[in-house]
Amino acid sequence: MNMLFYTSAVIAVISALLVITNTNIMRAVMSLLVLILAVSSIFYTLGAPFVAVLQIIVYAGAILVLFVFVVMILNQGKEAQILERKWIISGLGILPLLLTAILLVEFALTLASPVAVSGSTVLPKAVGISLFTDYAVGVELASVLLLAALVAAFHFGRMPKPSEKDDE
Amino acid sequence: MSSIPLNHAMILAGGLFIIGLTGVMIRRNLVFVLMSLEIMLTAAGIAFVAAASKWGQADGQVMVIFILVTAAAEVAVGLALLLRIYREWKSVDMDEVSQMKG
Amino acid sequence: MQSLLWLVVLMPFIGSLILAVFGAFMPKKTAGVIACAAIGLSWIMAMMILGSLSHEHSVVSAVAYPWINLTGFIVQMGLRVDALSAVMMIVVSFVAFLIHLYAAQSMFEEDGYSRFLAYMNLFVGSMLVLVLADNLLLLYLGWEGVGLCSYLLIGFWYKEKKNGSAAQKAFIVTRVGDTALAVGMFIIYIHLHTFNIQDILTMAPQVWAVGGVTITTVAIMIIGGAIGKSGQLPLHVWLPDAMAGPTPVSALIHAATMVTAGVYLIARLNPLFQMAPVAQMLVAIIGAATLLYAGFCALVQTDIKRVLAYSTISQIGYMFLALGLGAWTAAIFHLVTHAFFKALLFLSAGIVIDALHHEHNIFKMGGLRTKLPVAFWTFLIGVASLSALPLVTAGFYSKDAIIYASWASTYGSVWFWLAAVVGALITAAYSFRVFFLAFLGDQNHKIDKLPGGLMKLVVSVLAFFAIVAGFIGIPKALGGFEPFEEFMSSVFKPLQLSPDKSSLSMQVVLMLVSAAVTLFGIYLAHIYFKKRALSEAVAHSSIMSRIHSFLLSGMGFDLLYDTLLVKPFKALAYGNKDDVLDGLPTGLAGIAAFGNRIMSALQTGRLRNYATGIILGVVILTTILLLRL
Repeated sequence: MNMLFYTSAVIAVISALLVITNTNIMRAVMSLLVLILAVSSIFYTLGAPFVAVLQIIVYAGAILVLFVFVVMILNQGKEAQILERKWIISGLGILPLLLTAILLVEFALTLASPVAVSGSTVLPKAVGISLFTDYAVGVELASVLLLAALVAAFHFGRMPKPSEKDDE
Repeated sequence: MSSIPLNHAMILAGGLFIIGLTGVMIRRNLVFVLMSLEIMLTAAGIAFVAAASKWGQADGQVMVIFILVTAAAEVAVGLALLLRIYREWKSVDMDEVSQMKG
Repeated sequence: MQSLLWLVVLMPFIGSLILAVFGAFMPKKTAGVIACAAIGLSWIMAMMILGSLSHEHSVVSAVAYPWINLTGFIVQMGLRVDALSAVMMIVVSFVAFLIHLYAAQSMFEEDGYSRFLAYMNLFVGSMLVLVLADNLLLLYLGWEGVGLCSYLLIGFWYKEKKNGSAAQKAFIVTRVGDTALAVGMFIIYIHLHTFNIQDILTMAPQVWAVGGVTITTVAIMIIGGAIGKSGQLPLHVWLPDAMAGPTPVSALIHAATMVTAGVYLIARLNPLFQMAPVAQMLVAIIGAATLLYAGFCALVQTDIKRVLAYSTISQIGYMFLALGLGAWTAAIFHLVTHAFFKALLFLSAGIVIDALHHEHNIFKMGGLRTKLPVAFWTFLIGVASLSALPLVTAGFYSKDAIIYASWASTYGSVWFWLAAVVGALITAAYSFRVFFLAFLGDQNHKIDKLPGGLMKLVVSVLAFFAIVAGFIGIPKALGGFEPFEEFMSSVFKPLQLSPDKSSLSMQVVLMLVSAAVTLFGIYLAHIYFKKRALSEAVAHSSIMSRIHSFLLSGMGFDLLYDTLLVKPFKALAYGNKDDVLDGLPTGLAGIAAFGNRIMSALQTGRLRNYATGIILGVVILTTILLLRL
């Protein structure tokens, strides 16, 4: 089990780095997919099988598909890649890298001391009970949020009729 | 079942988060920014799950479910906006959309 | 009598107040009537007070109320009439009354008519306060008041920039003198602890040594004030430019009244000067130098009013000379006659200027004998009096008294006499030059505006007095009828004559010499006028034209002051524009602007940069938290 965790962790980090440094959008999306799968296995090793599966279903199955759809609509070809390369190089400003470095350092300092603890698996049943008793309101709100997102996405994504001149 | 030190899980979560952060800061293509946001959200989820595992409670996983919901909503709206921007400016360069400057 | 005295002073102030507040709402005729009535009533009451003075009651005084009342420093508002201030009061109110009548008609078409009359009334009120005050602080109040009114009236047509500049110049230059006077007053107060004039004059010999440093310093400070107000060297530069004001203003302020305030001051404080012979000699020297200087400058001027301005400076130089020689009565006598004929000259010049549509240049005038007869004859009488035409004019008697004193006084010397006589020659020359050029000849100018009845009346009355006023001081050599001298003897000690120079026959000889000089001067002007071609040729030779332009600019005094004082001051002020103290608010504004520029640069409008900003904040927070732990 520990081996699985560490392997998945390494794969996750590598694929995350690939996501942010890729010039090809499609390849980046695919790296994101790999990341999600790795994270899913990490969830499993941390004793959360329910969310592990949920992650694959929702994230990889819905959100990533959405990404793929949009990338296909954008339909950017080879010239986009050259543009991306140029943009990455110009985007490597001193400040972002500096901030990243500082954060990493602080991070390392904070988590230097090990806290050895043994975790336990939380079964889906416990999750379900908690979801529908303690956090019932949250569930309702989440559904409202999804409805709002649906409406907004529909409105923004609408193709304007030829007669309409200005956008809302 | 899992005897992974909490530390290591947190380190992983933090590292992924920072990677996502860097992606937001340095990339100019909107799609990549949205993807980096996803990485950040995922990292937060890892942290929640690790904590839940330590205490043996379900709250962390519930939080991850909510994070999932939020991520879905955000991606939907975000991509719709991205399509609008693409229609207006004919490019997905984030720096084009800077009419609020000054 | 005492309340009458206060009314003499208050009437012009009341008139001024009414005109200032209600002047815009009343018809012009009413304003004119109010202004002239205020001064007229003041004059009538002054005459009544004069009538009440006699040998027993040679002084009328009235004290109103304590003005400043602090422990150890009490100053009261009090007026005091003795022979000297009575003479001044009559001259001021009478001449002012006549000039108000003239101005009421000549300035009728102007905008700001009631404003003009309000200023004129205010001026007369201040001048009366000056001459009637019984303490130096009240006198200084009047002094400043007349300075203010002079500024307001010179710059009456304020829409033209040069009038405002002339007014400023007048005010600033006289300010220099006023400061000297104030310093003198402070020294007096420190030593004598009083401002009351009579107390000062009695206490001074007891406290100060005759000829000592303190008394001489005080006297010199007072001289400083006097030369500023009276336009003597070196503070004379404002008078020629003050001609930018309307002609009645020039007549009233810069001929008859305000410029004589300095003479009055020195005459009033004459015991102090007698205690400081050095200062008295200085007065005489200033007088002699000024009268020659101004006479030469008047010889080449082309603007008729500027000739009269330099002439005023010169004649007041005569008065100063007389004061310096100890001839107090002669100085006041000349003050009185000068008031009449100088006001006359200005007013009839005003008639000419208005008639020829604001033409001031004498070379563009001429041939006015039949067209403006009143102006012609009155101006002729005026220049005759100014030149001291023998026997028939008032100027002769007063100027002759001064010339005699310059020879025969204990302070006199042949040099003073020579200066006075040469001055008389030049006076005759320049005054008749103006007369010939402006009135004779056969040019044919179009007359724009004929003088009104009131104006003609006023100049005729003044012409009458310019002839007659001298007959109250006929010297012994011609018969001896000197009621004026007797009247003033209650205030002034008589002139001290050195015995070897002052016989009767000497007086006759001197009189003949000055008469000859006057006639010779008139003859020179006549030659200049008749032989115009020759005089033009002489004038255009290189030496003469250089001298000409030198004299035309007042011997370069304006240039001197400009280079020595005005330009450095302006340079200093300009350089000090952004000094340290200015730096504080400017610096704050600069910092704010700098901050704004930086903040604006940060608003790039790019989401990436904003995200970086947020993350920067997060990093800072975590760093702080980390360091705390």
